[in-house]
Amino acid sequence: MKSWFNKGEHWIWFSSSAVSVSVVLVFGLLGMIAYKGLLHFWAHDVYSYQVKSGEQVETIVGELHDTKLKLIPSEVGVEREEIPEFLIKMGNRDVYGTDFKWINSLDVIDSQTKLADHVTVIERYEWGNVYGQLDVIKSNGVVIASGAEVLPKLEQLTQRGQALYEEIHHIEKVIIGGINYQIEELRLERKKLEASGEFDQQAANELEAQRTTLNAQFTDLQKSLEGMYAESRGLGEVVLNIAGDKQVAVQIRQIVRYWQPNNMGAFEKVGFFFGSIGHFLLDDPREANTEGGVFPAIVGTITMVLLMTILVTPMGVLAAVYMSEYAKEGPLLRMVRISINNLAGVPSIVFGIFGLGFFVYIIGGSIDDLFYSYAAPTPTFGTPGLLWAALTMALLTLPVVIVSTQEGLSRIPRALREGGLALGATKLETITKIVLPMATPAIMTGLILAIARAAGEVAPLMLVGVVKLAPALPIDFNEPFIHLENKFMHLGFHIYDVGFQSPNVEASQPLVYATSLLLVIIIVSLNLGAIMIRNRLRERYKALDS
Amino acid sequence: MSNKKDQTLDGLLSGPAFERRIRIRNFKDKFASYGISTGGIAVITAVMLIMFFLVYVVAPLFTLAKVDHVATFDLPGGTQESTLYYGIDEYKETAVRFTQSGQMIGFNMTTGQESYSETLPLNGEKITSFSVVNESESLLAFGLSDGSVLIAKYAYKVTYPNNIKTITPSIEFPLGEEAIELASHQIDKLAVRINEEMAVMAYQEAGSAQINVKSFEVEASMFDDGLTLSEDSEGSFEQQVEADYLLLDGSMRNLYLVSESGVTDYYDIADIESPELLQHVNLLPNDDAVSTIRFLLGEYSLMVGTNNGYVYQWFPVRNNENIFQLQEIRKFKQSDSPIQKIGIEHARKGFATVDQSGQFDLFHSTSERHLDSLTTDKKGAQFVTLTPRADGALVETTSGQLLTYHIDNEYADVSFTSLWGKVWYEGYEEPSYTWQSSSASSDFEPKFSMVPLTFGTIKAAIYSMLFAVPLAILAAIYTAFFMDTKTRQWIKPSVELIEALPTVILGFLAGLWLAPFMEANLAGFFSLLIVMPIGIILFGLGWSLLPKTVRLWVPEGKRAILMMPVVVLLGYFAISMDQVLELTFFDGDMRHWLTASAGIDFDQRNAMVIGFAMGFALIPTIFSVAEDAIYNVPRYLINGSLALGASSWQTMMGVVLPTASPGIFSAIMLGFGRGIGETMIVLMASGNTPLMDANLFEGMRTLAANLAVEMAEAEVYSTHYRVLFLSGLTLFIFTFFFNTLAEIVRERMRRKYSSL
Repeated sequence: MKSWFNKGEHWIWFSSSAVSVSVVLVFGLLGMIAYKGLLHFWAHDVYSYQVKSGEQVETIVGELHDTKLKLIPSEVGVEREEIPEFLIKMGNRDVYGTDFKWINSLDVIDSQTKLADHVTVIERYEWGNVYGQLDVIKSNGVVIASGAEVLPKLEQLTQRGQALYEEIHHIEKVIIGGINYQIEELRLERKKLEASGEFDQQAANELEAQRTTLNAQFTDLQKSLEGMYAESRGLGEVVLNIAGDKQVAVQIRQIVRYWQPNNMGAFEKVGFFFGSIGHFLLDDPREANTEGGVFPAIVGTITMVLLMTILVTPMGVLAAVYMSEYAKEGPLLRMVRISINNLAGVPSIVFGIFGLGFFVYIIGGSIDDLFYSYAAPTPTFGTPGLLWAALTMALLTLPVVIVSTQEGLSRIPRALREGGLALGATKLETITKIVLPMATPAIMTGLILAIARAAGEVAPLMLVGVVKLAPALPIDFNEPFIHLENKFMHLGFHIYDVGFQSPNVEASQPLVYATSLLLVIIIVSLNLGAIMIRNRLRERYKALDS
Repeated sequence: MSNKKDQTLDGLLSGPAFERRIRIRNFKDKFASYGISTGGIAVITAVMLIMFFLVYVVAPLFTLAKVDHVATFDLPGGTQESTLYYGIDEYKETAVRFTQSGQMIGFNMTTGQESYSETLPLNGEKITSFSVVNESESLLAFGLSDGSVLIAKYAYKVTYPNNIKTITPSIEFPLGEEAIELASHQIDKLAVRINEEMAVMAYQEAGSAQINVKSFEVEASMFDDGLTLSEDSEGSFEQQVEADYLLLDGSMRNLYLVSESGVTDYYDIADIESPELLQHVNLLPNDDAVSTIRFLLGEYSLMVGTNNGYVYQWFPVRNNENIFQLQEIRKFKQSDSPIQKIGIEHARKGFATVDQSGQFDLFHSTSERHLDSLTTDKKGAQFVTLTPRADGALVETTSGQLLTYHIDNEYADVSFTSLWGKVWYEGYEEPSYTWQSSSASSDFEPKFSMVPLTFGTIKAAIYSMLFAVPLAILAAIYTAFFMDTKTRQWIKPSVELIEALPTVILGFLAGLWLAPFMEANLAGFFSLLIVMPIGIILFGLGWSLLPKTVRLWVPEGKRAILMMPVVVLLGYFAISMDQVLELTFFDGDMRHWLTASAGIDFDQRNAMVIGFAMGFALIPTIFSVAEDAIYNVPRYLINGSLALGASSWQTMMGVVLPTASPGIFSAIMLGFGRGIGETMIVLMASGNTPLMDANLFEGMRTLAANLAVEMAEAEVYSTHYRVLFLSGLTLFIFTFFFNTLAEIVRERMRRKYSSL
């Protein structure tokens, strides 16, 4: 045993355990995010609990959300115990006032895992979920379906309600949004003309004529909207019996979807699972971002990242080509190289304040003064927005692209360059026809790493353009289709905002886990892609070397 | 046949068309070479711009003030009467001079032209005493020879006749033009304070040694801005020093009687009916005498000018016995002749002095800065007033002239010492390092000390390094030296995958999952420190006792895989021990025990949470670089050592580690650099309180998190904005330093390896 220690065997065990701990932590973390994130989409069973509260017995119906052990305060001489407590999501926020309730397992009479009978869960556009038994469907106070007819009728009405909702949404957001955009443009046009002194009667008439046409269109749409609203209101309401001998009436038009988790088979549940993922990816957020989907955040992230890629690629490649092909080797270049390397280690928040101080206030402010003075005092580019966020991120990821490209360039055997030159090609031709094509995988690797970094970075974006709820997407159907000055939403910031700034942290946690999972999937797959490209690249040069 | 081919080829490779193509190609090449060089240099410059931009934003903080002379003109209203007060409008276009006889002369600040003249409604009485009730509102109190007090307010109106901004000075009487009956005899000394609820007046009648204090209830009129006073209570006491100055502070409870020699009586008049003498003291050195005295903005600090050219700042400080005592806080000296007058800023703790030799000095009290000095008139100056926005000054000289100045003094409230040293703020018991950039109250002084933030940054970095360094380096040693190639191929990317995880996710998990979990299982987490090593050693020993066939089943290079279930089990065991440990050692609840029995403050989001979460994020940085360094140690060195009979761990310690140590050093530096700048994890899991406490169980606020919290709300180009940029610059320099150090060390090591 002594020799075992003398040989340092225990240290080898320690070091191998350190590896194990790191790997366990990584996969444990990923597993936890995946589990908690995916759990959000599953159709959970709904339980019914009989809970003592004082003298009375209360019925609580809901999903089991969390369990924790609670230490019961001790009396002297009594052994302490930890008692499980359940966090129940019971929904019906409009009736009960809260979504969640902790119940102590000691207070639960009879079974702790009794499924509620024929419970229906309805997801609403407002006020969260409803848990209850379907009773009747009413329209204008008249019962139009009861008993076994309720479910098929509900299905039919909900589908109609959904169709109407989508149509209304389309008209309001896209068509009326577009008209409003044009009216706003006209207003700015007028201000612009006024500022340049070219505003005369003729121009006024012209603008007014355009305005009238738009207003007329607007009124027409408004009318057809009213019709649709009337129809959707006329769809009636479904009445449910909920726990506590109460009834809740849910307007059909308020229903996002409904399901009966306790009556679902495994296949149905899987179907529901994928349906939920679809809703999550494609819906707008609701209720201060704590419910609904993350569609605008996905669009915002992608737009920003693409714009950043467009900006960073030429800059990074240019700088790298200059440094490795044109610049003279020397102490100065070495210093520049070290500085650029170091820049990759400069905290991202520093780039954020640079972006805010330089891009937004100085460059954006100057652009406003020069081109948008007619819109003053409302800033156009002199305020955080998409363009500045993309530029800041481009600067942040520039070192990554430069370093990776340079590495790729330096791996290309000198013989190839010399061969090109010897055959009479100019330096430019050698670079564009031989060197750069061969370095493309390296450039791609750098870009993918840059994209992965930009997609996950939040701190600088908080200063230069991300908001918790953007009124409009940065890309839409109105000219010029991409709005560089708009503020936008971002998945990473969504996590920070919903997880930390929302009023109902408990209720929003599953959504945060789901968003985290989405972000992790995007970033990990980007990174794996980069690793694969890098490995391929290495093999390619191995072939070249031999 | 072949001849013909050759000819065609020759034809293609010569002639004017060919020449032109060559020329075009060469031109393109030249052009691209310049283009790429320019573009490349431009990009590199743009990247370098970041640092220069930070410096450019920060630099104005440390510039001195610029005071420019604007105009000189004769004293409006003549020199026969002395000046009581100057009121200046916010645009520093007009000013009003109040004289001893109650004259008010309005004049233009640049030309000196008189525009307005009026007399206070004194009803034939004389002004015998004067007190500034509120400097920023220009509320004044005049004590009259019949024992009454007249309250007047200097105001101005901005109108735009013919589109020209015109400022008309005026005088208002918020309590009515009627003087208030205060005493029956002439008032010699007067101190008045009025706020929305109450008013307090302290006075001394002619020929009396009594100081009288009266308090009033204030009622605002429903119809106009007028106020009505109704007497509430009164008290009086015999003065013990011959008071030359009577001063009442803004809280209306501290009354100071100061004699010319500097002897001061400090009374607490919170209870008007029975004033209490708290202190009788002379805070001046023997040969000094008070030449002028007044309150600084906030009416808390006394600024005392002496005949030796000193300006002392005094304010009451609570002592050990919980009693307030007046103390000298700091002193300023720039001139050698008696200070004639002190003028104060209306929004900051800045002030200006003039002395008998005509010297004008500009100071800021909290930052202890002397910002500019100039001579107004060799014959001497006797009055100074700063404009409401502190962008100008008015100086009255002894020879009867009025000089106006333009002042550019945007960033006086910050200095190197106030950023990095202890500062004694008003109302604090001692000098302290404080960061408090904003507050709800209006007369709040922002406190910008970088020390708590820097401390928090280093604390967060060090605690996370404590977790990350041992783990990452041990893991690197094993992965690079003991692990077989096949396992290494997937282990290394797996660990490096952490680097790709968005820190916002780590922060979210740390703040909302780990922090409460750790709080509930505190003892369990500590037992990890003991259970893990012991468990691992026991397992290793047990393994070595197994029969050889079983042992060979898992070779040394795959032990990491073998250990995975073991560490999971050990971890689970340690955490589930929590219950038992807390019951046995900590009365059932360690968190409660810490606060109650050990007296250690506990926050849920604390340095321990940060240590784990950020430490986890630092692992890949350190691991990756250290692993490379160890892996690249030349093979023959290792083989030599093994051949000489050293065990593999002895080889590791004796040969590999010394060779790779520069690489490991640079790995640690890189990790530290990253830990300093990490934002989201700290923002979400540290509680963000700017404390100066190394306690493991308390939170902190780091430079980076502070930027994320405050940058968006800082007004552009304000002091706050620039101080935040300074913290950005500090971060930049920190990380640049550590990264460069790491890079240089690594470079050296690479050269050493290539020579080996």
